[in-house]
Amino acid sequence: MGAVLAAVLGASLAGCSSTGGKRAEERAKAAEAGRPAVSTPRWTFAMVTHAGDGDTFWDIVQKGAKEAAAKDNINFVYAHDDQAQQQAQFVQNAIDQRVDGIIVSLAKPEALKDVIGKAVKAGIPVVTVNSGSAQSAEYGALTHIGQDETIAGEAVGTELGKRGRKKAVCVLHEQGNVGHEQRCAGAKKTFPGTMENLYVEGTNMPSVQAAIQAKLQADPSVDSILTLGAPFAPTAVKAKEAASSTAEVDTFDLNESVARDLKSGALGFAVDQQPYLQGYEAVDLLWLYRYNADTLGGGRPVLTGPQIVTGAEAAKLEEFIKRGSR
Amino acid sequence: MSASATVDERLAPASVVRRLLGRPELGAVVGAAAVFVFFSFAADSFLRASSLSTVLYSASTIGIMAVPVALLMIGGEFDLSAGVMVTTSALLSSMFSYQMTANVWVGVLVSLLVTLAVGFFNGFMLTRTRLPSFIITLGTFLMLTGLNLGFTKLISGSVSTKTIADMEGFSSARALFASQWNIGSVTLKVTVLWWLVLVAAATWILLRTRAGNWIFAVGGGADAARATGVPVVKTRIGLYMGVALCAWISGQHILFSFDVVQSGEGVGNEFLYIIAAVIGGCLMTGGYGSAIGSAVGAFIFGMTSNGIVYAQWNPDWFKFFLGAMLLLATLLNAWVRKRAEAK
Repeated sequence: MGAVLAAVLGASLAGCSSTGGKRAEERAKAAEAGRPAVSTPRWTFAMVTHAGDGDTFWDIVQKGAKEAAAKDNINFVYAHDDQAQQQAQFVQNAIDQRVDGIIVSLAKPEALKDVIGKAVKAGIPVVTVNSGSAQSAEYGALTHIGQDETIAGEAVGTELGKRGRKKAVCVLHEQGNVGHEQRCAGAKKTFPGTMENLYVEGTNMPSVQAAIQAKLQADPSVDSILTLGAPFAPTAVKAKEAASSTAEVDTFDLNESVARDLKSGALGFAVDQQPYLQGYEAVDLLWLYRYNADTLGGGRPVLTGPQIVTGAEAAKLEEFIKRGSR
Repeated sequence: MSASATVDERLAPASVVRRLLGRPELGAVVGAAAVFVFFSFAADSFLRASSLSTVLYSASTIGIMAVPVALLMIGGEFDLSAGVMVTTSALLSSMFSYQMTANVWVGVLVSLLVTLAVGFFNGFMLTRTRLPSFIITLGTFLMLTGLNLGFTKLISGSVSTKTIADMEGFSSARALFASQWNIGSVTLKVTVLWWLVLVAAATWILLRTRAGNWIFAVGGGADAARATGVPVVKTRIGLYMGVALCAWISGQHILFSFDVVQSGEGVGNEFLYIIAAVIGGCLMTGGYGSAIGSAVGAFIFGMTSNGIVYAQWNPDWFKFFLGAMLLLATLLNAWVRKRAEAK
């Protein structure tokens, strides 16, 4: 075993790649040290989201929140659980800790209603992010920051219409996710052609590809595929090529490979809801409220999206995507 | 006593029909034929060559793992960590190559060693502690799930790996693990070849080698096997390392075909492998089953999950159809086997 390991390590030194890899990243990375820019007391803000384990999107939200916290001299704590009950428990924990502000996502609003009421009663300002724009004000939150899923879907439907598409498939990678249903429903509403939903197993990439491929083979008249998450867009492109379909692939959210595919023209467009902004603004607005009693939105949700990104913009955004803030 | 009784009936050459009826995969083959005929009528596009190649790809990604899982089940054990182990091995290759800025093949090799070590750990813990495999591999499943996420975030600062498509060795590794050939309108993926080779190898091991006898003996009754000199510990550890080897192959396929790996993937897939093996005639109690059966089981799974899409049924009911089809196939399988045994 030891000899094998030594051989492997030896080979790893000999077999260095001259392209890509961490060295390339480090070379490209500029020094970005986060230092507080204000001299307000060190307040503690807690963020509790409905993110599942290993979710790319929430990673970016968290990054935005952390950078704002560094700038605003905030002690930032983060917790997440996709089970609503556990999420509510985390909010309760934050109240128990007497934090100075709470940021919460309302994917399952009813489950969090009581505990948010408790926070408000305890005098802790609450900002809701991402989902729950309809309930935010009613539950007593200061502001809601996020993208309205229906509006985002509608923007996609309009864009697809502009591009002269006739028959689209909306690929949902998480069955039972209300936000996903709203996006597809919104797109269907404004899309002049016909649109169908396709549910796929988001945790099993080969099966996602097979399902999209099967759909395209079953119905050759499909001329556009819409995926709801960035990791699924390149897979849809593969499925389309395997099925020798000419359909255009479009997606929600950005990542490195989406940017590359947008630039190369393999993808039509991406709809970005700017997750970085959702985290950043939430922390910043809580700070502003504490410091200056400011609020934003005048009781209405502050929208962070939809922003339609095509090939030309993707080139500009690529470096931000690479560092994980877009 | 008649004259025929001079020949022991157990030694008499069995007829072809009789031998066929005794095979564990017979029920699955009948079930597969039923599912095939069903979707041929239910979905217009199902019978097209290009559609069948999609089904075949889908089946192969399950089938590659169903082979070692079937062998393990014949040996009387389960592996709940098989699903996440696939993701673990893909993450390992990708992150090792990236962090060391090494040739991609180095990462692939390191991943093979570590994955085999995880398989060894499962087998070793099982034989040492004598705890049920359900508990041992559930522990491994949870640990790997946590490690996948924890390490990925720690190392790459995000929950998915960075792209290694621009690194040296990527294209040759892709050729081995994720290439495809276009024959007319049909796309044949390399995973199908891997699958066939694995089925053939496993069938050979089971039916033609001493190790095969050991596997059946261990699954039939470990104590009796030990008493007759079967190396029970070695057999079990070997079976778990077989699962690890195939998890490595599947993991490399996912990495080189999708380039970037998400750390949360793979959870729940272990059940698909077990389902394929069970449909294919493996008994949950061990000692009975075949590798070919697991392949037929995986094929039924591929046909069902894609056939539903080809048939363009209302997607809200997708999971229900999938469950019902699987249950029916298994029931049919059990019924045919019962008839065959009664003869």
